[in-house]
Amino acid sequence: MADITDTCASMVTSTKGKKESAKEHKKRLKYYSASQWTLIWWRFRRHRAAMVAAAVLIFMALLGIFAEFVAPYGPTSRDTKYLDGAPQVPLFCDQNGCSWRPFVHGVSTKRDPVTLRAISVPDPEKRVYLTFFAQGEKTELLGFIPSKTHFFLLDDKRAKLHLWGTDDLGRDVFSRTIYATRTSLSIGVIGVLISFVLALIIGGVAGYAGGWVDNIIQRVTEVIRVVPIIPLYMGLAAAMPKEWSTTEVYFAMTLILGFFGWPTLARRIRSQLLSIRSEDYVVAARLAGARPLRIISQHMLPSFTSFIIVDLVISFPYMILSETALSFVGLGLRPPTVSWGVLLQQAQSVRVIEQTPWLFIPAIFVVLAVLAFTVVGDGLRDAADPYSDAR
Amino acid sequence: MLRFTLERLVGMIVTMVLVSMMVFLIMEIPPGDYADRYAFRKYSGTGIAITEADIEAIRHDFGLDKPMALRYVDWIGNIVLHGDFGQAFAFETDVTKVIGDKVWLTMAILFGTLLLTYLIAIPIGIYAAVRRASFADYGLTIFSYLGLALPNFLLALILLYFVNLWFGADIGGLFSTGMSDAPWSFAKAWDLIKHLWLPAFVLAWSAVAYQIQTIRATMSDELNKLSVTAARARGVPETKLLIKYPARLAINPVVSTIGFDVNRIFSELPIVAVVLGLTELGELLLNAYLDLDMYVAGAILLMLTFVIVLMNFISDLLLAWLDPRIKLGSN
Repeated sequence: MADITDTCASMVTSTKGKKESAKEHKKRLKYYSASQWTLIWWRFRRHRAAMVAAAVLIFMALLGIFAEFVAPYGPTSRDTKYLDGAPQVPLFCDQNGCSWRPFVHGVSTKRDPVTLRAISVPDPEKRVYLTFFAQGEKTELLGFIPSKTHFFLLDDKRAKLHLWGTDDLGRDVFSRTIYATRTSLSIGVIGVLISFVLALIIGGVAGYAGGWVDNIIQRVTEVIRVVPIIPLYMGLAAAMPKEWSTTEVYFAMTLILGFFGWPTLARRIRSQLLSIRSEDYVVAARLAGARPLRIISQHMLPSFTSFIIVDLVISFPYMILSETALSFVGLGLRPPTVSWGVLLQQAQSVRVIEQTPWLFIPAIFVVLAVLAFTVVGDGLRDAADPYSDAR
Repeated sequence: MLRFTLERLVGMIVTMVLVSMMVFLIMEIPPGDYADRYAFRKYSGTGIAITEADIEAIRHDFGLDKPMALRYVDWIGNIVLHGDFGQAFAFETDVTKVIGDKVWLTMAILFGTLLLTYLIAIPIGIYAAVRRASFADYGLTIFSYLGLALPNFLLALILLYFVNLWFGADIGGLFSTGMSDAPWSFAKAWDLIKHLWLPAFVLAWSAVAYQIQTIRATMSDELNKLSVTAARARGVPETKLLIKYPARLAINPVVSTIGFDVNRIFSELPIVAVVLGLTELGELLLNAYLDLDMYVAGAILLMLTFVIVLMNFISDLLLAWLDPRIKLGSN
């Protein structure tokens, strides 16, 4: 099936006159009768890197959605016995032999002989086994279903497993990163949606009306595009009152990111609308007495929906990076909210990265997410191009 | 050409006026105004009780009780006529004095970064297009993906870490210790250049990735043009041919996006400056925002945007000179 577009594209051009088998004939009919979206899906599926990237994104989204289940501990719960602790790798074998169940070594607290800092040292004689689907801290799945089940926990309820280590307060980096994934991705989604709606309205009005309306809107768009965006965001974020709750800050951030993300998309919508405004089918609709809203939504928008989707996917990285950068310098989300940027705030200096490099793990998530969105966007762009088959 | 220049000049001025309005609006957003903050700064901890009437008096002194439109005219009028950006209350002096020579440092960083970007991106982009689908081409594609995905401030952290690991040297900052307060001299300028490469490299990172992609795409299109085939048929040597026909045109998108590059650099500068410890640049803006020192923040934002608009203007002129078709199109 995956090569159906290949076969058909070549058939269209080269196999005329030759006799085709019944199977090929069926395939060709399927290609001709496939809808626009089916064709895009077939072409997208051929783009292997984009498929992998899409899988990564879906996986991340699932991690975020089911954060309460995946994360063994809450984002703010502390393990005072394991401060600044190194990542614990589950093992199957140690010097005392192997086991079928993964285990980690228990830890005991000692003093560093040089700095006298309290450090946690693994005790190779003590094994603590992992259990899956275990009962642990009380949480609310998706924010409203009470549950105690976690994907994995340690057998011994007094010990805690820190897959990616802990920070200076003994908070589990793995759990925090999982919760942060939810925050960062959701900010991206809401921000993109807001800017999409704005772009649709603003670009739609400019492109459909044309003339002086278009002129004014173009000027305003130009002004927003010309101001350096992070300093602008910084100014708006700094204006958020200090006494706001974390929820209020969260929504303010999505609004700020959304309200200035529209110019690029609005421009695209405008230019597309302008170019098809005088197409015959649009003129026909107008002469038939259709109202502007109907003409835009039923006749004009469908002709470039796929391009809009590509632009939407491509604008995700900007949202995510902006949020991360702002939170990183302390102007975005504030603790106890966890986002990738908030987590990276702890890893701001070289000294921290030297002593506790695992605090830098959220950065991998940022890079992975941005990379995945970019690759999926590229794949979609190729897939949405109706002429890519002919090449 | 004159008409074209004038048109663009008018467009630039209109944009600047609109930008200044927007910056002024942003300065107005934080709750409370300059009078509140002034009173708080001046009298907090002194034990003197402040009444609403006192603040009202301060407000009147500064002319803050006037309607917003009038205050905007005052603010922008002072800037345009006297070069006076208002008071930096956290420093208790003029904004101009606070910002002063930091403008030149910012420009040094900007031009250093731009130079580095184009020096790296243009040859590599052309090379990737000529050697299309080669090993080097794929490698560069992967690199440019990474350039877009790895945010500059994280790159800065990673670089700092490795430089520290390998050379054991602390390379943050813009000057060596003791140099930053010294009067300008040749030694100081040389010191600046020695420290400039790291921030310039970090800031150029994503711009390079982006520009390589653009140049490679344009160059690939140009290579398939008939003019290239014709020149090849005439027996023009390959290097000369590349420079004379496709490469000359592949530069155009770079020139037309100078403004975007400046925008990107300024956008990333405050965050990168925090990581690299460039106290001269980023921290001023950051602290201005954190302290709600809005005249400083407004002045910085206005100047950054002004440079971007100016660079846009220059890039328009350069492009019209490089590619006369554009001038014809606008008329």
